[in-house]
Amino acid sequence: MKPQVGVLSVQGAFAEHVRAFREAGADPFEVRSTGDLARPLDALVLPGGESTVQGRLLKETGLFGPLAERIAAGLPVFATCAGLILLAERLEGDTTVWFGALPVTVRRNAYGRQLGSFAAKGRVGPDEDVPQTFIRAPSIVSVGNGVEVLSSFEGVPTGVRRRNVTALAWHPELTQDLRVFRRFLESMQVSAKRR
Amino acid sequence: MNEDRGELNRNLAQMLKGGVIMDVTTPEQAEIAEAAGACAVMALERIPADIRAAGGVSRMSDPAMIRGIQEAVTIPVMAKCRIGHVAEARILEAVEIDYIDESEVLSPADDVYHIDKSAFRVPFVCGARDLGEALRRIGEGASMIRTKGEPGTGDVIQAVRHLRRMQGEIRRVASLREDELYEAAKRLAAPLDLVRYVHANGRLPVVNFAAGGVATPADAALMMELGAEGVFVGSGIFKSGDPAKRASAIVRAVANWRDSKLLAEISENLGEAMVGINADEIETIMEERGR
Repeated sequence: MKPQVGVLSVQGAFAEHVRAFREAGADPFEVRSTGDLARPLDALVLPGGESTVQGRLLKETGLFGPLAERIAAGLPVFATCAGLILLAERLEGDTTVWFGALPVTVRRNAYGRQLGSFAAKGRVGPDEDVPQTFIRAPSIVSVGNGVEVLSSFEGVPTGVRRRNVTALAWHPELTQDLRVFRRFLESMQVSAKRR
Repeated sequence: MNEDRGELNRNLAQMLKGGVIMDVTTPEQAEIAEAAGACAVMALERIPADIRAAGGVSRMSDPAMIRGIQEAVTIPVMAKCRIGHVAEARILEAVEIDYIDESEVLSPADDVYHIDKSAFRVPFVCGARDLGEALRRIGEGASMIRTKGEPGTGDVIQAVRHLRRMQGEIRRVASLREDELYEAAKRLAAPLDLVRYVHANGRLPVVNFAAGGVATPADAALMMELGAEGVFVGSGIFKSGDPAKRASAIVRAVANWRDSKLLAEISENLGEAMVGINADEIETIMEERGR
């Protein structure tokens, strides 16, 4: 049975995550309203897009409460860019907190406006030379207890993991490299066995 | 670090998908738009309905006004330059705008040539009425397309026409034999490699939004139904009775356009829509600017 991966699909690059997770061997589906949570859900994806839009739509669709509960209960979560902002406990210069499930402080638009967007290659956990696309990307300016740094750019963390939550400031779904997705799916199977 | 600006610029448009880009003229309006769930704002001195009413030549906005809006919000900020006005585009790039709209809403500066957008690091969105026009703009370096519609009217008929035409032509190109693509490229007056892309993928190589005349949540849902990946709303929001409420209703309509029960709910008590003028009763036809 393939892992059932729900991709939050209220705004942003959700179609790209659906493609990537399908190619990585999962069975992804779109989560647009609370009705979509009736089916089995092995993991949740919070895609890139605009965090202010997604945060607002999460509340308005009624998805926020049920998803927050499941994340707190240990549902594996994979987040990129805006998803990292939605998970952070703190945002620099902003009192807004959405899920607050990841003890990190995030700086929005850390590399500036679109002219500051860039592509890089670097280590992600055990994998070398993973292509990383940063689009008006945030960065992680401080990490709390138990947070493992998966990737960094110029010494600043850009990818982290803590328990069930993996969050990246960059976009693996905009590249053809599936290693990050496969690692996430593998880590889910390992933790499922442990349970 | 590699510098494939074209790819990075197309990527930013991918992040905007499923969202609503709103015209704003002040930092206060930008804040209202962001709070209502806009995925980006278009900073301009006058919204299209007022440009239409005022007449005369309309130009790029004052960079100080654009900076004020950039400081007010965290979402991407776009601004318009005149068709073919390379210098206005350079100025917008210098103020680090997130997207330039080479737009028919402003008075065209050049009636033959569009800007060579591939010479810029900043991304461009351009209007198009059909597939050929869209592919010509992409060939020049546009990293996002929007249908033109007829701006400032509150009448969706042109946006519907342009979106249907574009989607229909995409389906037609996708159905051709390989050896028929040369003739298709000639007929569309579009670069052959881009026609090949459409044939192989059944879609434009960049994100495609709808624009021009969208005034209600139902209008926005109609655009999504017809294949748009998101919506620009110009005059429709800040020319209406309750901009904040209407803006957030349009955002929800784009995110959940298939949910008719929800559409009914969010269409309730929105107050006055923009008055609107029929697209065939106006003298200035903006969609005909630039080909």
